[in-house]
Amino acid sequence: MEHGVLFNIFIYLAAGVVAVPIAKRLGLGSVLGYLIAGVIVGPYALSLISNQEDVMHVAEFGVVMMLFLVGLELRPALLWQLKMPILGTGGLQLCATTLCIFLILLACGLAWQTALAIGLIVALSSTAIVLQNLQERELMKTEAGKNAFAVLLFQDIAVIPILSILPLLVIQDTAIVESTTSGWLSALMIAGVIAGIIIGGHFLVVPLLRVIAGSRSREIFIATALALVVGIALAMEAVGLSAALGTFLAGVVLADSEYRHELESDIEPFKSLLLGIFFISVGASIDFTLLLDQPILVAMLVTGLIAVKFIVLFITGVVFKIQRSQNWLFSCALAQGGEFAFVLTSFALQRQVLDNEIASLLVLVVTLSMVFTPLLLIINDKVIAPTFKRKLPQSENEDKAAPEHQIPDDTDSSVIIAGFGGFGQVVGRLLHGYHINTTILENDVGQIELLQQFKYKVFYGDAEQLNLLHAAGADNAKLFIIAVESASRTKRILIKVKKHFPHLIVLVRATDRNHAQQLIRLGADHVFRESLDSGISLGVETLKALGMRANQAHRAGQVFRRHDEAVLHEEAKHIHENEPEFVNRSLTERRILKKLLGLDALTYYDNLNDAWSTEAHSNQDKNSVDNLAAAHKHNKSSSEQS
Amino acid sequence: MHKILVIFAHPALQKSIAHKSLFNEIQNIEGITCHDLYDTYPDSFIDIKHEQSLLLNHDIIVLQFPLYWYSCPAILKEWQDLVLEHGFAYGENGDKLVGKKIMLAISTGGSANSYSTTGYNEHDISQFLLPFSQMSKLCNLEYLPPFVVHDIHKRHDAERITDKTQQYRQLLLKLQQNDDAATTDMESNQ
Repeated sequence: MEHGVLFNIFIYLAAGVVAVPIAKRLGLGSVLGYLIAGVIVGPYALSLISNQEDVMHVAEFGVVMMLFLVGLELRPALLWQLKMPILGTGGLQLCATTLCIFLILLACGLAWQTALAIGLIVALSSTAIVLQNLQERELMKTEAGKNAFAVLLFQDIAVIPILSILPLLVIQDTAIVESTTSGWLSALMIAGVIAGIIIGGHFLVVPLLRVIAGSRSREIFIATALALVVGIALAMEAVGLSAALGTFLAGVVLADSEYRHELESDIEPFKSLLLGIFFISVGASIDFTLLLDQPILVAMLVTGLIAVKFIVLFITGVVFKIQRSQNWLFSCALAQGGEFAFVLTSFALQRQVLDNEIASLLVLVVTLSMVFTPLLLIINDKVIAPTFKRKLPQSENEDKAAPEHQIPDDTDSSVIIAGFGGFGQVVGRLLHGYHINTTILENDVGQIELLQQFKYKVFYGDAEQLNLLHAAGADNAKLFIIAVESASRTKRILIKVKKHFPHLIVLVRATDRNHAQQLIRLGADHVFRESLDSGISLGVETLKALGMRANQAHRAGQVFRRHDEAVLHEEAKHIHENEPEFVNRSLTERRILKKLLGLDALTYYDNLNDAWSTEAHSNQDKNSVDNLAAAHKHNKSSSEQS
Repeated sequence: MHKILVIFAHPALQKSIAHKSLFNEIQNIEGITCHDLYDTYPDSFIDIKHEQSLLLNHDIIVLQFPLYWYSCPAILKEWQDLVLEHGFAYGENGDKLVGKKIMLAISTGGSANSYSTTGYNEHDISQFLLPFSQMSKLCNLEYLPPFVVHDIHKRHDAERITDKTQQYRQLLLKLQQNDDAATTDMESNQ
């Protein structure tokens, strides 16, 4: 059935929209939802979509983007600390799985070349499925999540040598003697591209992003980010490397830049969408005729594949001392074939390493193993994990006994400052002086450049964007400071933060009294009027200049401040929601001022004058302040001369 | 000639009778430095290094304050806690004040009689000032008898205040000139 492009797009999107919420509600996770949606709209059910292989090829780009995003999360220093899990765990898993599959297939009577090729192909796990599942369950920062990621990273790197080994496994050695001649040249090109990514990332991309960001055009920034990822993918493919690996590298290079969060939040939606489509097309490409022809064989192969991978992973976990409950999760997560299997299989098919029959069976088995991964994880959640919860104290001790396997966390700042103009700078500088990590969100590029010279952790972005708030670590932060200049933006950010991150304590800059009261009503924990403190300071200085003693003037300022804050909070309680706040504003303000002055006379001077009064001479030395308050004076004494 | 540092702590000078007069009288005398803590540090944020260098540059330290609740006003306690550091005033290498003299110049609301075992305060004034004399001992400061103006609540007529003010001035001038003045008992101010 042939359909237009738009119709195809609609079907893919609609399938996801319908299936994913249902799957999530049933606790199956979005990946399984997409896969089921794919089966339903695929050729064996509703048959609504056509040429899903092409779609899958495009959608595979989601994996590339995902790796870019993963790279952005990993600073180079952190990656270096991961070298042990990557090489050790990843290396052991890949070699052992390949060897097991190879031996089993050899025993089944396959030629050694075919057996080795299949072993290499199925040893790879699915980055897309594993990362998506782990991220959705917020398990990426657990021991299992980190180790799984390390293994996937090693597999991505391993694709390169596998691609060069596969052509050598042709059984009838007739066809090819082409690749060996340009070995040096291609190695040189590979090194060139990688060096280009690292150097270009630092010295070209960051300045470019700075210029683009300076233009304050959001869509151009997004376009730049996309072009960057696509460009790197193309360059990598041109020299025969994995595009995912290239963009991962680019991500790591840019992880230290101030645009990390912005890039993350811009690429993220595209990645999610493409991955969704990728999963749908995987679901749609399941060959049900093959499955129905040889159901028992397929079932055995799928079970066998998952079992072998699981056992090897579990043993790897034991060798590298992964905590027991985490090892179950780790092994369940990675026990499937991956999307690289599709790429490698079609590559092997072209080079006549595998024949048609084996290739299509292989694709089916890998696909089904991918479908079973979310189910396996659910089983782990529901059946295996609970048994560990009961003996938690022991396993915690185990955890502490092996600290060398704990991968250091890229800790988020506990304080986020939105807006780094004059006001935010004072806050940031004060905190910086005490080495308190702050994440600063600012959309003035000039500001960012300057601050970076002084080693401030500043990021470019609009604090109103929910995904930027997530990316900036609002989920794990403790305090959120809103110090932007615009009163209306302040309110919008406050509403966002309060709604989506209720755990955050929010400290807000207010432009004036009216604004402050609105912010209090919107749930701001602490409100600071920008003119209050400087106004009080000036007033105190005036009192001093008029001859009042410094400490008395200081106290006058403090008393005034406390009184004014109390009145402000009291008033905020009584503002009516639908009071027309901008109608005849000056009149409102005058009414407020009149009321304030009245309250001032009643309470504030009274407090001021009571201090250190003693009975003997309270009527002497009246100064002007005393006179003002004389009418309301009560004869209390807070201090006594002994 | 000894250099005198008068450290003054009165939170409400506008309400003062005795101290306003005493403190005004000793301004602008050569060799006497008047240092008003409440006026210098309205937020009680004391500059420790500055205070210590002041101490180092003088030979005689006078702490002048009204007795509030049988002790000094809050800022002077803060001053003691911050400025008389370990390693400066006492403890290991804390020998910077050795050989200097210290004197209190205080006012009390109650009469001299009330500060006795038979009076309603039940103790002698020197017993109430024990924290200061002991502080001086720990800092190797020579503790001079205090200058006390009693009975401020009842007897604050101008004549008495003028009289006390002149006594105070003369005492400081004598201290400037020689050490013997210290032996003069200034406690009886009936």
